[in-house]
Amino acid sequence: MTTPQMNPPQPTAEARGAGKDTVTAPTARRRRRMATALLVPIGLLTTGLAYTLLAPGSAGAAPTGAEDVSAGRELFLANCSTCHGIDAGGRDLAPSLVGVGAAAVDFQVGTGRMPLRASGPQSPKGSKVTFSQEEIRRLAAYVASLGPGPEIPGASAVDPTLGDPSRGALIFRTNCAMCHNFAGKGGALTQGKYAPDLSDTSPTHIYEAMLTGPGSMPVFADTTLDSESKRDIIAYLDTINEAPSPGGLALGSLGPVSEGLVAWVVGLSALIGCAVWVGARSS
Amino acid sequence: MSVTDEPAATGAGGEEIGVPDGTDRGTGGPSTAGPAGSGGTRTARAAGAVGTFADERFGASRIVRGFARKVFPDHWSFMLGEIALYSFVVLLITGVFLTLFYVPSVAPTTYEGSYAPLNGQQVSEAYASTLRLSFDVRGGLLVRQIHHWSALVFAAAILVHMFRVFFTGAFRKPRELNWVVGVVLALLAIFEGFAGYSLPDDLLSGTGLRIASSILLSIPFVGSYLSSFLFGGEFPGEAFIPRLYTIHVLILPAVFVLLISAHLFMVVLHKHTQYPGPGRRDDNVVGYPFYPVYLAKAGGFFFIVAGITTLMAAVFTINPIWAYGAYDPSPVTAGSQPDWYMGFLDGAARLAPGWWEFTAFGHTVSLNVLLPAVVLPGVLSIVAILYPWLESFVTRSRREHHVLDRPRNAPTRTGLGVMAITFYLLLLVSGGNDIIATQLHLSINAITVALRVLVIALPPIAFLVTKRICLGLQRRDRDLVLHGRETGRIVRTEQGEVYEVHEPIDERERWRLVQHQAHRPYEPPSPDETGSGNGHSVTVRDRLRSRLNRFYFRDRVDPVTPAELAAAQASGHGTGPGHGTGEGRSTEAPSTEAAGTTTER
Repeated sequence: MTTPQMNPPQPTAEARGAGKDTVTAPTARRRRRMATALLVPIGLLTTGLAYTLLAPGSAGAAPTGAEDVSAGRELFLANCSTCHGIDAGGRDLAPSLVGVGAAAVDFQVGTGRMPLRASGPQSPKGSKVTFSQEEIRRLAAYVASLGPGPEIPGASAVDPTLGDPSRGALIFRTNCAMCHNFAGKGGALTQGKYAPDLSDTSPTHIYEAMLTGPGSMPVFADTTLDSESKRDIIAYLDTINEAPSPGGLALGSLGPVSEGLVAWVVGLSALIGCAVWVGARSS
Repeated sequence: MSVTDEPAATGAGGEEIGVPDGTDRGTGGPSTAGPAGSGGTRTARAAGAVGTFADERFGASRIVRGFARKVFPDHWSFMLGEIALYSFVVLLITGVFLTLFYVPSVAPTTYEGSYAPLNGQQVSEAYASTLRLSFDVRGGLLVRQIHHWSALVFAAAILVHMFRVFFTGAFRKPRELNWVVGVVLALLAIFEGFAGYSLPDDLLSGTGLRIASSILLSIPFVGSYLSSFLFGGEFPGEAFIPRLYTIHVLILPAVFVLLISAHLFMVVLHKHTQYPGPGRRDDNVVGYPFYPVYLAKAGGFFFIVAGITTLMAAVFTINPIWAYGAYDPSPVTAGSQPDWYMGFLDGAARLAPGWWEFTAFGHTVSLNVLLPAVVLPGVLSIVAILYPWLESFVTRSRREHHVLDRPRNAPTRTGLGVMAITFYLLLLVSGGNDIIATQLHLSINAITVALRVLVIALPPIAFLVTKRICLGLQRRDRDLVLHGRETGRIVRTEQGEVYEVHEPIDERERWRLVQHQAHRPYEPPSPDETGSGNGHSVTVRDRLRSRLNRFYFRDRVDPVTPAELAAAQASGHGTGPGHGTGEGRSTEAPSTEAAGTTTER
């Protein structure tokens, strides 16, 4: 709806420019050729600048130095190498971490899923995160140094206030709701696996999950779902988590199952209770 | 104080109600207030005038007086149907409000309303108007939620009412047809609810319609035509929402009003059943008159039902269509479930294994949908509708039954009912298997496999256990009648004999425990007798009947007969001093069979 309203001024400006050009034809043609030549570098420059300014990445994050990598390696050897191998190349128990990128480490360790506490269908979100943010940054630096992979998104890439929740809702419904439920409350997968509840997940971790596809989740690389769409999804989730439920208690936002339960346990029980009361012998 | 409403002793069924103090007009009816009420206030005179007007035109006084004095027995379980009735009234009132704002059209529009996460999205008129009535109409969301909660309570009350009628045997002659009307109402409630659930055109309702169309498609030969006919072409099409709207707000409510009227009319015609008790017989009704007792109780109860559903609507969200988003055939949400009354069908479909679908002669045969979603409800409905005749076929009872059975006194029927409930509940639970999996951290596959086993294994177990419990309770009743209540007082006599003093139960209580009829298994005429040329031979029907009869009555505990009671009292067995006060009372147990003993195999 908004694009058609914004477009009209542009053609009129061009038309006015074109009208001026027609006055002196030869100079205009030369000027136009120079303009085209100039336009390319200018365009490239703007794109480059815009990219460096807007692109997700560790642009804003603390730079990772060699000492971070070595400190991360120490942590890795002490805490992760039992399963992932001394060289992080993976073993029977655990996958290789070469090329998973800093984002995967930040997600898995930052949500308490790693180090794994018990074997099971799926590593649950930890109630306690084992490492400090600083330690996670070092671990991520080390794993990132093993091979190129997705990086931890910058603050602006995951800022819900910059996204469009309405567009995010559409994208979420098409791509995420089938597993995570319409309100991001999670859903069942096969053999005890599940899509987790997203209400307490931080925007950065949501972004990283989309980027790295942990567990059964597919990878939503930037080619599938660009960074703006990811931010819109984050904005939508933020909106529904922050906004009060308009209809009263949301009953877990689980759909008709919890509603049916309430209809019987609260509604019908109360009514039968009243029937017993009203029907009690008056004599 | 209770009033006994006694029609002339023969055939209580269709008899007009007999008012004890005569039937002459003009005694105490509204008509007396008119000309005679000269000393009354102005209001009383006005009321009298209205009464006279109505009486002279419609004979109102006779109708009003007859109905006002109609006696109904008192019991809380008789009010379960009332919950359904009043929910229906609430549904009608709130439904009318909703029609003022709802637009039954799937024409695309852009949502521009107060709910930000949907702003600017392309949605259908139906969805946009439902959002508008929820967020931009004063009180709209509350009314919508009252409507939806009432629908859930309506269906639940119908089910509970139905099982009350079943377990107490209230469906027996002469009420078989009213039972059928009730079953049809229950089925219609499911359809009506589903139609309403589908109207907002949100993601969940669209998914539900998709499933409904798939169920139609699974019917062999005619399925694709049916679906195409109903949806006006391919799913989803544009025709269905308007059609469903007509069905939901016009056709089905009209049918409901008709059938509910018939249902209530038959209740008045047959008179209400009553629980067994002293003085309660098949040819009378013991209770309170409609006016003023039940007018107050029923009127008050309507407001209780309306109040509780309103309270629920004010506290709990139901069907948050704004969160589901507009319908679009491509997405689907985890936890897509129908409302609970459809849940058992969803559950049955979830339990059906995938390999039931196969290809034959170039056509896909979807037995995994057809059997659970079409055949199963069809069979269940037919069994439910025919049950009264099935039971009378088995019991060979031709008489009218107005005194209810205590569920324990019909152990097989009670067992069958609990079996049905168990089966139904397991299907209902299966309908929520994914929610159970996530909430209890279980594997959905394990849950489904377990439920597949349980849905077959558990109902028969439930039948056996229930039947045993009923027999045990009956035996306890016998014990109470014969030996009285344990008092906990232990007495040692001078001879050193030690016994516990039993107190005889009071007569009213004893009547309740001994009044029921003793059923004996039906013995088919033996081939020797019938073979002797009287033209009657043992048919398959006879054999089936006697086999079913044995199934119903083989295990039984007979009620205590007067002879047994007298014998127990005479022997003084297990009784202490002071026993035997029930001497003069005649138990007059309906069973006239001799030597009613506990028989069981």
